[in-house]
Order: sequence, then structure tokens, then C-alpha cells
Amino acid sequence: MGYSVQPEAIGSEPAARRRSAAVPALGPRRAGLTALALIIALTPLLLANDYFYNVAILVGLNAIVCVGLNLLIGYAGQISLGHAGFFGLGAYGAALLAARYGIPPLAALVAATAGVGLLAFVVGRPILRLQGHYLAMATLGLGIIVSIAIANEEQLTGGPDGMAVPELTVLGFEVYGERVWYWVVGACLFATVWLALNLVDSPRGRALRALHGSEVAAETVGIDSTRQKLTIFVVSAMIAAFAGALTAFYSGFLTPAKASFMHSIELVTMVVFGGIASTWGALVGAALLTILPQALTVLQEYEMIVLGAVLMATMIFLPRGIVPTLAGLLVRRPEAGASPAADERRRH
Amino acid sequence: MTGQWTQFLAGGFTTGAIYALVALGFSIIYNASRVINFAQGEFVMIGGMSAVTFVGLGAPMPVAIVGAVLVAGLVGLLLEALAVGRARKADVVTLIIITIGASILLRGLAQLVWDKSIHGLPPLSGNEPIAVFGATILPQSLWVLGVTLVTVVALSAFFRGSRLGKAMRATSYNRLAAELVGIDVRKVLFFSFGLAAMLGALGGVLIAPIAFTSWDVGIMLGLKGFAAAMLGGMGSFPGAIVGGLLLGLLESFGAGYLSSAYKDVIAFALLLAVLLVRPDGLLGAARSDRV
Repeated sequence: MGYSVQPEAIGSEPAARRRSAAVPALGPRRAGLTALALIIALTPLLLANDYFYNVAILVGLNAIVCVGLNLLIGYAGQISLGHAGFFGLGAYGAALLAARYGIPPLAALVAATAGVGLLAFVVGRPILRLQGHYLAMATLGLGIIVSIAIANEEQLTGGPDGMAVPELTVLGFEVYGERVWYWVVGACLFATVWLALNLVDSPRGRALRALHGSEVAAETVGIDSTRQKLTIFVVSAMIAAFAGALTAFYSGFLTPAKASFMHSIELVTMVVFGGIASTWGALVGAALLTILPQALTVLQEYEMIVLGAVLMATMIFLPRGIVPTLAGLLVRRPEAGASPAADERRRH
Repeated sequence: MTGQWTQFLAGGFTTGAIYALVALGFSIIYNASRVINFAQGEFVMIGGMSAVTFVGLGAPMPVAIVGAVLVAGLVGLLLEALAVGRARKADVVTLIIITIGASILLRGLAQLVWDKSIHGLPPLSGNEPIAVFGATILPQSLWVLGVTLVTVVALSAFFRGSRLGKAMRATSYNRLAAELVGIDVRKVLFFSFGLAAMLGALGGVLIAPIAFTSWDVGIMLGLKGFAAAMLGGMGSFPGAIVGGLLLGLLESFGAGYLSSAYKDVIAFALLLAVLLVRPDGLLGAARSDRV
């Protein structure tokens, strides 16, 4: 079966790390984006069959969500434990609009993403007043409400049995098959990373980092912290919804697991694993933690044990996440790396 | 009518007491380190499953309970010594992810050491329901409430009377100041994990005769314990108890009067409402930000 190709897929990661190390957080974005474009363009050479294409697509979809989630966690310093809720709403929203109401899939995708953006805007205003773990709790509560509603509204969503989703059609062309989807997801990932990098380098991104350092200090220099947090919350929720809608059309079948609490935890884990406050870290985290469980299925009953142990060991030995820690080692300026995340939360 | 009401009340208090035990565990570890321990639910699971093993080996229930609580306590101490303690200089988020890794690891181990099936435990004193005000209450419910009450009293004596308990309280008020007066903060964190694990395991053993146990019960019970701790105010011990009981009652009445499928939605929606009115939980201390 070709597990043998797995190490190659994993083996392509160090290259990404090295490049990201060469590109400090505020350096020329273009080098990083070129590297990403090359990786996306060349990865198919390593993909032997549809199974590997499938894994690569899943990596891409998770990476899109994680890059968006990292904007919220890493740059705005706001934890969300309910992002799978937005992901699930995007997925089910698009699927329901297309399957039950006959809306063209592409329009359904756009509508679902916009709808989740609106929802995030409405709920974000009150809950973003909460801080730290209380915000985490509130987002977790929202996520759970969404996932229970999806699992219980059987006549609409099919409940735990799931629901079928029609094909995505763009300008009359059906997006069909792993090889076509690979390029669609690859292009979307590239666009998301481009958006995230630009956002981080913009005045808004600097405002966000100031806010992460200290909300009070940021406000005294005239940053409207509520508005900044709300904007990034909405953007990040919309990215998750967009990836959810894409996932729905790609897999052709949806189950409530996609919106579950566990999926929210997985997403946060990917972001922290790769390295908080590093867009490249979010990418690497999503890639490794998508590929790892696939590779570990060989181990059968030992799968969870090894996954848990790898997660713990990585966080113990590379506490700032893979990309920032390794980048720090390579650049030899450990403190000048990419992480403004470190000092938050000590101040309670 | 009163019968139904009493029934919901009894059910709510029973599950609420378990949530309170789990929530106390969250608060103890939070106070020592500001970490939300996502492996807390696994201690509940380990408690229930170890008790099943001890009973299977022929141990009487009280022995099985003590044994299960000790096993979980040991796992808690090991988790601190081998993982969390080693990374204690890292970010809080990093430590939280370590506990998430630990919970995955422990669930994997549970599948291997035990199995994937659902187990029951015999109740402490018979299955004959007791009729109270028109409601039927299982004796085990009374045991749950009684043991929880005794535990809370003992815990409160521990925090007031013993050196270690006082050190734990001092650390939670001000970690730096505690270190300056010579308290070994590392030791506090170590024993916090042991104590939290024992409390969780006790909850797990007590609820197993009513709700069964299996390798994955920790996810939901951990989540509820976390919610209860937040509802009461993370880090506050009275808050954990009030939060636990309130969450249990909300669920019980929500399931009874509105919809059993949506009982968690009702509980979490009210939790959100409470947080919006009191952003630091019901009994949590208000904080102010320092620059």
C-alpha cells in the first residue's frame, strides 16, 4: 500500500521550515509566498495515487482554517475553542443551500461564508469582551451549541447519519476528482496565506500585535481594541466557514463530527504545534497533524498513544512550537524570532 | 407535580455533585499554574475503569473506590513529573496543549489496558429506589451527595489546616510572593495534579453505578467540569461547587421541561448568558489588567 511514500511527504517539510527561517516575520513576504507556490506546484510529483492526493487536500483544507485561526490566536491573542462550529456552519450552510434549496453550489459557498461572517459579527461583539479562559469557554459553548443543533436537526441535516452534498460547479465546469480538487484547494490556500501575511504586515496587523502585548497599553496609544478584535474574529470565522464549505463539496458527504468540540481542539492544537503567531507555523502544524494520524493508522491500537506522546514531547522540547523554535535555532537569535505570543497571560 | 420536581432536583444534584468534584480538580490545577488541564476528564475515566478492574478482581466496593482513587492520583503525579513540570517555564497555551496530548495518550492507553466496551459498577448499597416526596431516588444518588459533602469538608480542612494546603492557597493568591517566602511552588504544582486527579477519579467511581463508564467518558465529563468551574469562577473552590450543582440542575430541569436532546444546549446557553453578565464567573474575583 504505499505508506512508504509518507516519509517523503513529511520529508518535504524541513524545506518549508528552512525557508521560513530565512524569512523573518516582517521580511520580504514574496520569498515565502514563492516558496509556498513552489511547494504547492511540486508536491504532486510526490503523490503516487488518489489516496495521497486526498491526504494533500485534507492538509490544504486544515491549513486554510489554521492560518485563519492563527490570526485570532497568534496575532490578536484571543483563544477560540469553537472554530469547528464556524467550520461546521459553513459546511452545512453551503450543503443545505445547494442540496435542499437548489442554489448553485458556488453561490451557496459564498452565501454560507458571508452568513457565518454576519453571525460572527453579531455574537463576537458581546463575547469578545470576555478575556482569556472565559473567552475560550464562551467560544467553546458556541461551538457546542452549533454541533448539538446540527446533530439533532435530523430532518434538515440528516443528524448523526450525515447528509450527501452535490458537486461543486464553477462556470458550468464540475469540480470533480482528487487531481482537480488539489489545484482548487492549493489555490485557495495560497490566497489565504497571501491574505494573512498582508494583514499581519498592515497597520491593522501591528495594532493587533500591540493588543496582544497589552490591551491597556494598546488602548492608550489610540487603538480601538474592541473593533480590531471583532474584525479579526469575523475574518477568522469566515475563513473557517469557507474551508468548511469547500470540505463539504469536496467530500460529498457531511457528518456532525466536522463541527464537534474535538475538531475545535484539533484545530487549536495544529496552530500551537506548528508555532503560534507564525503563519508558516500554522501551515506546518496543519500539515504534520493531518499527515501524522494518517501515517499512524498502521499502528492500529497504538495510534492514539503515539499521537498523544508525539504531541506532548514536541511541546515539551519545542515549547514555542515547531517553526518559531527551529527558526530561532537557525537564525541564532532566539528572541528575535516570530513570537510576540510569549509574554501574554503571565500577567494574571 | 411535586414528585416530578423532586425527581429533577435529585437528578440535578447527583450529576451536579460529580461536576463539582471534577470542577474542583480544574480549579486546583489552575490555581497552581494558570493551566486548564484538559486531561482532567481522563482522571474521571481512570477512576471508573480502575474500580471496574478492582471489583473484577473480587475487591469489595469501598476497597475498589480507594484503590481507583489512588491509581488516578498516581497517574496525576506522573503527568506532572514527566510532562507538565518539565515544561513549566513555557507559555500557558503550550502547557494546555501538553495536557491535550496527555488526554489523547491516556485514552489510547485505556483502550489498550482495558477495552472499548461499556462497563457498569455495583452500587454501594443496593438498587432498591427510595421514595421521597413522590420521587424515586437511587441509594447511589445519596452516596454521591454524601461522599461529595464529606470530601468538600475534608478538602476545606486540608486547605485551612495543613502546611501543604496553605502553601497551595498562598501560591494561588500570588505565586511570586509565595516563592519569596520559601514555598516550593514546584512541589505545589506536583501535589495539585495528584489531588485534582484523585477528586476527578472519585467522581468517576461514584457516577459509574448510575451512568456506566468506558474509555471515552472523560471527554464529556471533563468538558462539563470545565464549564462548571468557569460558571462558578475558575480558581474559586466555592465557585466550583456552586457551578457544578447549578450546571447539574440546569441540565436536569432543561431535559425534563424543555428537551432532553437539547439539555446541553440549554446549559451552555445559560452559561454564556451568565458569563456575559458576570465575565469572571459567579464567584470569581474581578480582575483588573496591569500594563
